[in-house]
Amino acid sequence: MKRSNDGDPSSRTPEGAIYLDNAATSWPKPPEVVAAMREFQETSAANPGRSGHRMSIQAARVVYETRQAVADLLGAKDPLRVIFGLNITDGLNLALHGLLKSGDHVITSSMEHNSVMRPLRELVRKGVEMTQVTCAPDGTLEPKMVEREVKPNTRMIVLNHASNVCGTLLPIQEVARIARNNGLLFLVDAAQTAGVLPVDMLDDHIDLLGFTGHKSLYGPMGNGGLLVGERVDPGELHPMRQGGTGSRSEHEEQPDFFPDCYESGTPNAIGLSGLLAALSWLGERGVTNIRAHEEALCAELLDGLAHIRGVEVYGTRDAKKQTATVAFNIRGMEPSTVGLRLDEQHGVLCRVGLHCAPSAHRTLGTFPYGCVRFGLGVFNTFDDVQDALKAVHQLAREER
Amino acid sequence: MSYAVILVDSTSHAVRIEKLLAPTDIVCKLIPVPRHLSSDCGVCIRIDQDDMERIRQLLDQSNAPFRSIEVI
Repeated sequence: MKRSNDGDPSSRTPEGAIYLDNAATSWPKPPEVVAAMREFQETSAANPGRSGHRMSIQAARVVYETRQAVADLLGAKDPLRVIFGLNITDGLNLALHGLLKSGDHVITSSMEHNSVMRPLRELVRKGVEMTQVTCAPDGTLEPKMVEREVKPNTRMIVLNHASNVCGTLLPIQEVARIARNNGLLFLVDAAQTAGVLPVDMLDDHIDLLGFTGHKSLYGPMGNGGLLVGERVDPGELHPMRQGGTGSRSEHEEQPDFFPDCYESGTPNAIGLSGLLAALSWLGERGVTNIRAHEEALCAELLDGLAHIRGVEVYGTRDAKKQTATVAFNIRGMEPSTVGLRLDEQHGVLCRVGLHCAPSAHRTLGTFPYGCVRFGLGVFNTFDDVQDALKAVHQLAREER
Repeated sequence: MSYAVILVDSTSHAVRIEKLLAPTDIVCKLIPVPRHLSSDCGVCIRIDQDDMERIRQLLDQSNAPFRSIEVI
């Protein structure tokens, strides 16, 4: 892989295109990630926790180390309460379907991704009551609006930490206090923030935290899950599926302990070996340093877009109040056209449309057409931002 | 040498205890659970019988979950 001067992998594809779709999945990955996966496959890729031989035990060690590394990064006390699944959608489904039952009331925001909204809509059909608090047109949320909706049957508040569409940060610490004061469970979707902003389950009073391995944790796809805090009783969190766990094999009933209760079937151990290497890389690079770089890139992108006639930017337009994910439109052009022309004519790879978040787009006023989204990552450079700005500028000028 | 084993619910729990013992001078090894102790297909942690009490104290202090310690 081509590497830039300071040793980082290049954010350009072999054909020279600029990758600006990190909010969907980060690319490239640290080279250590791919190396670790290759080594795991070649030396240790037996079925973890299923057999007693040395290779199986070594695979189980790697899975456990990854649990520990995720717990350490996200401030979870007990690594056994880190539940691995396919991705964060898996984790959020477990939290929502596993805990909410008919008659319960749940509060969420109007900025959520479909990974929260679709399970909630399904639960509403099954008798769960839901209140969606409307966010401001820049995606921000007034915590008092959440408190106002608490009812006697409210069981949970679920919020994303940052919007996947425009990057706007939601006030999770303030809402955590509201949840705590009212005896409610607090579920946070940290898909867009884990690894780039400090998230600490214990300090932030988060009861359930959904995370994904392949975005700002810089691991491979196919990993993610749910961290379950001490206030959640495993007896009340029902598993989404049952099956083999390598434990209590003499019983046909599902085990009732963490993490086996929620992890039936062979895990993506090779992916977890990559995630472990990614977390080690992340620890060396430092979340604060990653954030500082992305914030500076984001500020430059926001500033550049603000100076292009015919471009409308959505969200806070303040790099300090959002992740490095920027949503915009070019007046008079459909986002899908912008996306195609950015790709084909300018070699800029981004995501356009509704970003699996129709409710967020309604809040921002961009439904049903959607918008263009640039998702910056740690390996992007100021040159990437300037080249992308030139491309947007040219498209906007052609449109006038 | 006389051995004992720490029985645990899952391999995750076994690895956790292995990690707990790693910084000490206690020697341990993850092995398949002897059939006469459990019909489970999982692993357990084999230890020296002389270390049993020290290990019991360490486990109690750390809150690491385990089922029992059995002499084999």
